[in-house]
Amino acid sequence: MGPTTNTRSPEADLIERLRSGDEATFVCLVNTHSASLKRLALAFVSTDAVAEEVVQETWLAVLTGITRFEGRSSVKTWIFKILTNRAKTRAIRERRTINFSELEDPREPNQPAVDPARFLPAAHPTHPGHWASPLEAWSASAEDAVVGREMMGVLRRELDRLPPAQRVVVALRDVHGWPAAEVCDVLGLSEANQRVLLHRGRSRLRGAMEAYFAENA
Amino acid sequence: MNDDTPREMACQELVDVITDYLEGTLPDPDCTRFEAHLATCPACQEYLEQMRALVRLTGRLTPKSLEPETVDSLLGAFRRWRDSRTGL
Repeated sequence: MGPTTNTRSPEADLIERLRSGDEATFVCLVNTHSASLKRLALAFVSTDAVAEEVVQETWLAVLTGITRFEGRSSVKTWIFKILTNRAKTRAIRERRTINFSELEDPREPNQPAVDPARFLPAAHPTHPGHWASPLEAWSASAEDAVVGREMMGVLRRELDRLPPAQRVVVALRDVHGWPAAEVCDVLGLSEANQRVLLHRGRSRLRGAMEAYFAENA
Repeated sequence: MNDDTPREMACQELVDVITDYLEGTLPDPDCTRFEAHLATCPACQEYLEQMRALVRLTGRLTPKSLEPETVDSLLGAFRRWRDSRTGL
């Protein structure tokens, strides 16, 4: 059963080092999680500056709370829950409550993944619902070094333009590489709703890239 | 008409379930229809490759980090917290 010399888990070790005031441990945690914390905060509050403040408040709450932390969840989950609570409080103060309902219930006006006009009508005699004309093939060149630089700029801008709930889900999944289960846990989303938001966000970004290639081909 | 014959998947349906497919959550019968359609439709093959390219590219975006001043101020707060505990 486990290692013979040191049976303390890395997690317990982390908690202990933090409690003892180990600066390197704190700096490492801050460096590891602050970008995704800020991303999450931006789902609730309106500006970069307020998001920074919420992240900062979160880290201070981590310091004052670590002595009482009982380890019922992972340290990471605990930190992100603190952030979510603080960001929500802040959003209420900013009177920006719209995003919660959107997060909890992504049934915003149903936006198709692709404009229905791109497909043959349902009444078409031989190919209902098929592409009306072939797709412009750009998937192979999207990652060319030459295209790359400008493309990344377009992608970043379009990600920032997504509705907040779609934006935070796409960013945590695809920019920060979180597994679906963690995104659901931290945002309090069902797996199905998480997928709906991811699907809408990604579909919209694909559409934006398609438009970019149509203009720049 | 035989009701047991699965309806062929149309392109318009494929683009709606593509995230479920990529996430591995598309139910088996639909997954079979998805792949059967894909095998015969170059446009949907391209669509799938576009989604995959998009996910890879998004993965290369640099996460927005904290401003250096925020990090400095956090470090200061950390040291004050630590020193207040050790009574220095």
